[in-house]
Amino acid sequence: MRTRLRYFTSGLISENLVLVLMIGLCPALATSITARDGVGMGIAASFVLIASNIVISAIRKLIPDQVRIPVYITVISTFVTIVDYVMHAYQPALYRALGVFVPLIVVNCGILGRAEAFAKNHGVFDSFLDGLGKGLGFILVLFVMGAIREILGKGTLFGSPVMPLGFRSLPVLFMVFPPGGFLLIGIFKALIVKFVEKPS
Amino acid sequence: MSLGKIFIAAFLVNNILLMRYIGLCPFFGVSTAIDTAMGMSAAVFFVMILAAWVTWFLYHFILLPFNLVFLRTAVFIFVIASLVQFVEIFLKKSMRTLYSALGIYLPLITTNCAILAVTFLNIDYHHSFLQATVFAVGTAFGFALVIVLFAAIRERLDLAPISKSFKGYPIAFISASLVALAFLGFLGLFGLSL
Repeated sequence: MRTRLRYFTSGLISENLVLVLMIGLCPALATSITARDGVGMGIAASFVLIASNIVISAIRKLIPDQVRIPVYITVISTFVTIVDYVMHAYQPALYRALGVFVPLIVVNCGILGRAEAFAKNHGVFDSFLDGLGKGLGFILVLFVMGAIREILGKGTLFGSPVMPLGFRSLPVLFMVFPPGGFLLIGIFKALIVKFVEKPS
Repeated sequence: MSLGKIFIAAFLVNNILLMRYIGLCPFFGVSTAIDTAMGMSAAVFFVMILAAWVTWFLYHFILLPFNLVFLRTAVFIFVIASLVQFVEIFLKKSMRTLYSALGIYLPLITTNCAILAVTFLNIDYHHSFLQATVFAVGTAFGFALVIVLFAAIRERLDLAPISKSFKGYPIAFISASLVALAFLGFLGLFGLSL
């Protein structure tokens, strides 16, 4: 039971996809301009991660070893297409904001990486837990980055004002532009190195 | 949009690495030395243009007429993966020198989101064949410019006295932030925006 719990909790901080494994950086930086975009992207990628983990671990004994990568890509791109169309239909504003990054979930190395490193040789329930943990860790990072960038760069959070009017009329625009994302993730990574990875 | 504007937009103003945040994995992965950065840029240049051509024809002559647009994600990733394999075999058989220079970078390109992104953006922007080619060339040049520039910076960073927790990735991110800040200066060039 404890190992099962570990599959889930390790994804949150100690094996966080973005901050520790340095995977899936592109969506993490590009879509964390506002908290809403960040969470939307996080949920979309997590859905694909969990669903593909479940399917791949369910069919893992049927896949010949030589063609496993194309099979994984087929499964992942199926779920990406589902997310693409569902988001286009029900969340058109979010879909426009995320743009090309929705179909690009298919080359998010995090998802293929979990299929190869975990779902390939674990059961369905364990793979589900692993996907859930890694997915939640991904959402967490995107939400925190999106919230910080939105509060500093626009003075709002989820679109509603949180900073005084004076700040909102002259916000730290730097944060919503690309350099702000690089700066923020650099600081986060330094904190992770200091407190989680501990340099030798 | 004129071809020149498309080129400048793809090359500088909407630079794929610093302004669009696409292709960051190879950016931070191989930008540790100038040689590897150059090899990677050459391989990207080669595959990006081929991929743009092949997917443009596939999309306009097969997917659109047969109402198969929903398959584009799956089709494009497979086409790029097999294209990379094909290029690798072709180079190995007929151009040994080029193969030995690019060989190790080619397999990495399959999962390089910059290639796939260019093919999707060509569709989203309704580019004609010529525009798609110029867009791919501009993007590849932009990729090469930034990755080689950044490799030079990182070679210096290795020698700089930096506090322990900032060594490696964190300081690379912060340097990337400063380079991106410089690239923000291109905003508004020829009336182009993000």
